[in-house]
Amino acid sequence: MHEPVTFHFDVDGENFSSAGEASVIIKKKLRQLGFSPDIIRRVSIAMYEGEINMVIHANGGAADVTVMDEYIEIVLSDKGPGIPDVELAMREGFSTARENIRALGFGAGMGLPNMKKYTDYMKIDTEVGVGTKITMRVNTTG
Amino acid sequence: MTELKPFMDALGIRVICGEADAFDGVYAGDLLSRAMSHVEAGNLWITIMNNVNVIAVASLADAAAVLLAEGVTLTPDALAAAEEKGICVLSAEQPVYDLCAGIAGLM
Ligand SMILES: Nc1ncnc2c1ncn2[C@@H]1O[C@H](COP(=O)(O)OP(=O)(O)OP(=O)(O)O)[C@@H](O)[C@H]1O
Ligand SMILES: [Mg+2]
Repeated sequence: MHEPVTFHFDVDGENFSSAGEASVIIKKKLRQLGFSPDIIRRVSIAMYEGEINMVIHANGGAADVTVMDEYIEIVLSDKGPGIPDVELAMREGFSTARENIRALGFGAGMGLPNMKKYTDYMKIDTEVGVGTKITMRVNTTG
Repeated sequence: MTELKPFMDALGIRVICGEADAFDGVYAGDLLSRAMSHVEAGNLWITIMNNVNVIAVASLADAAAVLLAEGVTLTPDALAAAEEKGICVLSAEQPVYDLCAGIAGLM
């Protein structure tokens, strides 16, 4: 057993220029920790999509990453509007992104599907008017 | 890996910032969460999107370079981010299809 390594980020909801920064930092850290390119890629994609969702849909939030012996866990929590219909939100192509956000290249409705596809475990806890917490894990063994 | 220089000469591709000698495969597309999952390490990514989020995706996906089509240039904050992250960004006058066809023709 190793001590879990943890990282915490406050994700700014106003600032599109720094959107994705937490994911970029985590990627660097995982490289330093010696993880394989495949694991790093999967964590990077999942975390980036979750981080961006908090910026564009929830006015920011917090990202916590824990590196454990058997998996890397990413927890994204926000106090945004919540997701009224999770099953619908998970569908490829579903997006409520506004026109000004789409003009930046977001809004394909592929973020949540990507998060599901590239992780080994994903759980969405959400309540309308309260916020959303997404927990994802990427296995690092076998 | 494919050497980039012959493609740059033949298609009139200019360097906006950074350096890239070679690439391995091409992805063309503008929607970021599609690019995020389809741009593979070493790819040349052709797009008309020029904002700072393109740089974050290129960096996370380990793209060899971003090639901006239709004479597009980077926004100032995207240029600053590309320089800071060491991302190579290129630009050409042709639309995406012509760049793809031109690159394929030279392969
Ligand atoms: N943290 C969140 N808070 C509130 N709503 C969310 C959150 N994350 C996702 N959603 C909702 O789920 C929808 C689908 O999310 P998804 O990430 O798949 O697509 P998108 O963000 O709209 O576009 P893309 O990720 O392809 O740029 C969003 O349009 C939004 O309505
Ligand atoms: Mg999204």
